[in-house]
Amino acid sequence: MTKNKIGSVMVVGGGIAGMQSALDLADAGYYVYLVEKGPSIGGVMAQLDKTFPTNDCAM
Amino acid sequence: MNIEIITLAEVQDIKGEAGNFSVDVLKHPRYIDEDKCIACGVCAEKCPKKIIDTYNAGLSKRKSAYVEYPQAVPLKYVIDPETCIYLQKGKCGACKKKCPVDAVNFDQKPENKTINVGSVILAPGFETFSPEAFENYQYAKHPNVITSLEFERILSASGPTQGHVSRPSDHKDPKKIAWFQCVGSRDMNRCDNAYCSSVCCMYAIKEAVIAKEHVGDELDCAIFFMDMRTHGKEFERFYDSAKTKSGVRFIRSRVHTITPVTGSDDLELRFVTEDGDLKTEIFDMVVLSVGMQTPKALVDLSKKLDIDLTPGNFADTQTFSPVATSRPGIFVSGAFQGPKDIPQAVVDSSAASAAAAELLADVRNTCTKEKKIVPEVSVLGDRPKIGVIICQCGTNIAGVVDVPKVVEYASTLPYVELATDKLFACSQDAQDNMVELIKEKGLNRIVMAACTPKTHEPLFQDTLTAAGLNKYLFEMTNIRNQNSWVHKNNPEMATEKAKDLVRMAVSKVAMQEPLAEVELPVNQTAMVVGGGISGMAAAKSFAEQGYETHLVEKGSRLGGQAVNLYMTAKGEYIQEKLAEMIASVESDDRIHVHLDTQLSNVDGFVGNFESTFSSNGNETKLEHGVAVLATGATPYHPTEYGYGTDDRIITSLDLDKKLMDDDPSLKTLNGAAFIQCVGSREPERMYCSRICCTHSIENSIQLKEKNPDMNVYILYRDIRAYGEKELLYKKARQLGVIFIRYSIDNKPVVNTDSGKLTVNVLDHILNMPLELEVDMVSLATAIIPNKDEKLSNFFKVATNTDGFFIEKHAKLGPSEFSTDGVYLCGLAHYPKPIDESIAQAKAAVARAVTLLARKTIFSSGTVAQVDPVLCAACGVCMSICPYSAPKFTEEGRFAGKAEINPALCKGCGLCVASCRSGAIHLKGFDTDQILTQIFEMDEAV
Repeated sequence: MTKNKIGSVMVVGGGIAGMQSALDLADAGYYVYLVEKGPSIGGVMAQLDKTFPTNDCAM
Repeated sequence: MNIEIITLAEVQDIKGEAGNFSVDVLKHPRYIDEDKCIACGVCAEKCPKKIIDTYNAGLSKRKSAYVEYPQAVPLKYVIDPETCIYLQKGKCGACKKKCPVDAVNFDQKPENKTINVGSVILAPGFETFSPEAFENYQYAKHPNVITSLEFERILSASGPTQGHVSRPSDHKDPKKIAWFQCVGSRDMNRCDNAYCSSVCCMYAIKEAVIAKEHVGDELDCAIFFMDMRTHGKEFERFYDSAKTKSGVRFIRSRVHTITPVTGSDDLELRFVTEDGDLKTEIFDMVVLSVGMQTPKALVDLSKKLDIDLTPGNFADTQTFSPVATSRPGIFVSGAFQGPKDIPQAVVDSSAASAAAAELLADVRNTCTKEKKIVPEVSVLGDRPKIGVIICQCGTNIAGVVDVPKVVEYASTLPYVELATDKLFACSQDAQDNMVELIKEKGLNRIVMAACTPKTHEPLFQDTLTAAGLNKYLFEMTNIRNQNSWVHKNNPEMATEKAKDLVRMAVSKVAMQEPLAEVELPVNQTAMVVGGGISGMAAAKSFAEQGYETHLVEKGSRLGGQAVNLYMTAKGEYIQEKLAEMIASVESDDRIHVHLDTQLSNVDGFVGNFESTFSSNGNETKLEHGVAVLATGATPYHPTEYGYGTDDRIITSLDLDKKLMDDDPSLKTLNGAAFIQCVGSREPERMYCSRICCTHSIENSIQLKEKNPDMNVYILYRDIRAYGEKELLYKKARQLGVIFIRYSIDNKPVVNTDSGKLTVNVLDHILNMPLELEVDMVSLATAIIPNKDEKLSNFFKVATNTDGFFIEKHAKLGPSEFSTDGVYLCGLAHYPKPIDESIAQAKAAVARAVTLLARKTIFSSGTVAQVDPVLCAACGVCMSICPYSAPKFTEEGRFAGKAEINPALCKGCGLCVASCRSGAIHLKGFDTDQILTQIFEMDEAV
């Protein structure tokens, strides 16, 4: 492993998984590049209507 | 601030090694300048080109210039180069001519960037299986055969039908809808996806139940399935209620062909029922429950990046390092790690963050930026000078409410110094402008009439802070969700209502005082309760990230239930891995293991807990900032199937023991039967224990491999080999393991009367009773949480009816409790295999570290406060508070009177309402503030 470590992380994908990783890392003291191939983040979850079991709006 | 979102970008290559990678990223042009775009929507309005709306899964049209959906982040328009007339043919440019801020830029070119990072997390997601190739399902030909994602859009209020369930061909309200499960999953004949997609059973049930809610009870919903896989937390209960309460029909059959009914838009299904009868039934529409798969481009990229894939094309991971890819320093989360639902994706994502943070612990805070602190201006004694900002929210509000009129009205209200409107009050330029206005006009209170405070209040409060104003000198009123959205057809009344809401907010904010938040240090030590795999994984992750950790185990050894287990679903020997794990925990200087120790008391609150350890009569105290509860579970002790009466009837764990000991008797068995769901999915335990199907299948393979001639039977209700565990199920069948389904009202009967061991079961295919003569029966027993009410009370955490801990949010907060500073993982949350337990342990730590990393926390300003002069010391507030915030003052002038700890108070107001002396006030929501709002509202009536 390298000695010149860098304190930033790249997260590839801006869906629910990528967003959660990015938030956790940024709040823990790391700079995050969140790379998303589409024009906006949110992923498939943004297309869902409601989610079980709380019937919360997925948005 | 420390997240840079790079959209329209693709990773091309990753060079370097763990700790220091250089990533090549290709950024495609947006053709709209992100810094200039104000998302007014003029470009889309003027764009003449209509194209398919992928956000609505192709069910509606949008323009070539578009924003995916109104809540998109970043809220910036984009031009689709494939369909834009200008970019294709060099003419048009209507958007460029009309854009009010000159943001359209057709000259943008693709950009190559190289970014240096210490670690990479791959969360690229999945694509839904496209059923076009299934000709017998008519998806490509018939409009009323749709995918589950399309149906999801039909159900959505923001979808093409505004949530009105109608079928695509003629917009008729359907009377009968069928769902087909396993389309593009568990299928090697018509597609190459042998695995189970894990989520489709649950979403199909959800869609059916919600469809019935939208349409009414008369809607007939039928789900055609092979095995119903509701193995997640609370899923079994939902399945049961869909059957018994909502009346969704569940038909165990794989429909072969859909035939369009001539002369109508209906669809005829032919299927064979469980009894073997051939039936036909006509439906208005069919929803195909499509599975998840890894897109081809991602498979290619993985090869280039040297990331190993599984047979199903998911990133290959090991059970004891569930989020690490084959390439060190690159981690994986979400559906690319394997098909999974939202909570599991959220768990993995936090786990991947923890894994990256473990790697980069010594370079923390070296690349991050810190917020500048603006000194707060004192407004005490100043006359209120209120600024009112009315947000147009694009056309969301301004399309209904006459915003200029509301602005004009607001400027006439008492103490209002300035009233203005903004196209999007939440946009960066509007925020900057607000700061200037506050400073320039000397405003000391702000009213924001816009959307919901739930999502936007913190943002606007930050703007106040940036302008040097106390963030509580702010009131938000919702003229969008509660006004323009619901009164679309009545713009005049909506404008009047907006005025009323603004007047109420102004009257309240005029009485608002600046509130103080108490700054509290966060103790940097962690405590983990439970020394099983989950607890050890959590302790290890804390330690790797540099935190002193105390691991408390009530037993005399580490390892928990894992000491009883033989092999993982991926074929790893558990005892070897477990021994390594225990050694690494014991040898870590930062981990302090406390065996034979229980908690006898916990005081304090988030960031400042004080726990008392009790061990062999000795008590010691530990101060810690966070706690992870990993208290595990135990196997159900069966009373059924003759367990305990005959040595040949054993549990799964007994069989694991024999396998670990390489018991020679296993080779000589002529027959063995596994009975599933022993104690699970029963009325008194209405949950699936999730791992038992895989466990029995794994053990059946072991037996078959020891002795291929052995007759091995698995008696089951539904085989729940989710994800790629399905491949194990397939392997068992190929090895000749015989699977016989039984129903709950006709359970197998184990008999030893004649000295022979027999199992009687009704075969569902032959519809004939079978008698299986075997030498061993292995019972797949339920997993029962270690319920510890004392512990629950110590941390104010709740358990569900089954005794599992209740997490903060079933989807978005699966590894933390509602109680701040307390986290959970492992079997105490819900039954799960080792890889998922370790992932959740890391996830709990990742969430805890976000708190520890802040070093100090601020309590909320909107908390209750006791006026000790009025307090009658009756103690009602103490008994009613769910957070134990009120206590009697112990010493001083007001000894004996109640006082409220602002760090524990959540501002719910229960104590305020319950106080018979009127001694308690909720700051920011004081009685006079609420009354003035009511009086102002009264004026409207």
